[in-house]
Amino acid sequence: MMLTTSGNLPGSPQTAPLTLSAIKAGTSPVPKEIKIATRGLNFYYGTHQALFENHLQIATNRVTAIIGPSGCGKSTHLRTYNRIFELYRGQTVSGEVLLDGQNILDSSCNVLELRRKVGMIFQKPTPFPMSVFDNIAYGLKQHYRINRSDLRDRVEKALQQAALWDDVKDKLNHPGTALSGGQQQRLCIARAIAVEPEVLLMDEPTSAIDPVATSRIEELIDILKERYTIVIVTHNMQQAARISDFTAFFYQGKIIEFGATRKIFTNPDNRQTQDYITGRFG
Amino acid sequence: MRHRSLAYRRGIDLGIRLISSLAALFGIAMLSWILGTVMLKGGPAINWEFFTELPAPPGMPGGGLANAILGTLLITLLAVVLGVPIGLAAGVWLAEFGQQSKTAETVRFAANLLMGTPSIIIGVFVYVVMVMTTGQFSGSAGAVALAIIMLPVVARTSEDILALVPSALREAALALGVPRWKATVGVVFRAAKTGLLTGTLLAIARVSGETAPLLFTALNSPYWPESFNEPTANLTVTIFNYAMSPYDDWQTLAWGASLLIAASVLGTTIITRGFLWYRSRQS
Repeated sequence: MMLTTSGNLPGSPQTAPLTLSAIKAGTSPVPKEIKIATRGLNFYYGTHQALFENHLQIATNRVTAIIGPSGCGKSTHLRTYNRIFELYRGQTVSGEVLLDGQNILDSSCNVLELRRKVGMIFQKPTPFPMSVFDNIAYGLKQHYRINRSDLRDRVEKALQQAALWDDVKDKLNHPGTALSGGQQQRLCIARAIAVEPEVLLMDEPTSAIDPVATSRIEELIDILKERYTIVIVTHNMQQAARISDFTAFFYQGKIIEFGATRKIFTNPDNRQTQDYITGRFG
Repeated sequence: MRHRSLAYRRGIDLGIRLISSLAALFGIAMLSWILGTVMLKGGPAINWEFFTELPAPPGMPGGGLANAILGTLLITLLAVVLGVPIGLAAGVWLAEFGQQSKTAETVRFAANLLMGTPSIIIGVFVYVVMVMTTGQFSGSAGAVALAIIMLPVVARTSEDILALVPSALREAALALGVPRWKATVGVVFRAAKTGLLTGTLLAIARVSGETAPLLFTALNSPYWPESFNEPTANLTVTIFNYAMSPYDDWQTLAWGASLLIAASVLGTTIITRGFLWYRSRQS
């Protein structure tokens, strides 16, 4: 596929944000169909380096899966896309994450607007301690001046998009925490898409819920990709194979291989990728 | 290797069980003794007049502690208004922003020191800062002293409680593009509200029996509290004064006031427990 990049980069871990090799490796300028591009992305937990020179391109309106063994930096990589890591002391990043060509790691980037555009779904469902309705309305009210009836419409629309409306239409005033695990996760998806994002980041969104609820969410992802660019971190290789268009294989903070999912899962170029997807390690 | 005799081991077990049971029993017995005495001696003082009338002059029959009850309520209320918001804000800062930074560790250490400071020292401090400068014992000085005592209690308990809110919830709110302070107030506070309320109630219970700081600040008064700028009647100093007095009816009133304070602290604790129980049942 045309999107292959980066493969095995000569990893010189301590390099500054944009080295010559980084510029060479990243395609510049960014093609139109690319929503997010990372260039020379390094990440540090204090002094421990967790990501090494990551180069990755996320295609618009496609599902990109990030796979790899535990601790390989999948989530860490994802968490730079909306700068949520900044919540924690001592976590620092260097390099570039370009969203529509704009470096979001730049200090001039408006983080609040960035996070409206780049929504996130977490491993465990995180309904807020408020009603189903207010869970959706919370983010909406933050970003839009909106009257009551419009608010109702937008909440309903978001719930319908997340395939949750029929489950909850009679209990909009019930606490969000009273829903089942799968419903809670769809509530979180509804909450994220209510603010009209462009990208959805999913950090192992189905690892805490049962198989039936998982398949519902996978179906949902397949529909959502028509409107949103989706990046999903998953431990479940079958899931990556089922729902993604592109797959990136991470190992020890480096992107070992990136390409079309079909290719990665049938005929990977790299020996490590082959070993991982055939279950020889990880 | 030889086995130790089973009988010997059983004996040790029995002995330790006996001693610890006795110790537990002793603690409970002391509490019941105190409560029993307060109830026996204070019970007769509790009547309608106790809650509605001013104290009678020595030698005159009747009279109550209505002014002291009202004064204590007002001083405590003002102390809550002054101490809880600052304590809560400090707790929020420690848990959400300061985290493990040097400044936060310093603040935490200072709060622990303040918590361990004998209340009489805080009373003397407020006496110097507020009473001597204004030349006036006052209810507001009393409230400030109690607020200072509440401050570290509220700050540390609210920090602990906010730290219990899963960081996933914080991240989820921030990931929607909500500013940090809004996420804290709108989502984190909501998740922690029972705990925060519990912390506040415990802080109130903590100061409701304080006498020394009020002795130096609010002093006492035989009249209705009319303004916070004058000596203000309150239960604990009243107990102190009346218990030392030679008059039987005053001593009875002091017992009555003791019973009232004990009952309200007990009540607050039970309400707190109720909240915690309700909360654990919810989740």
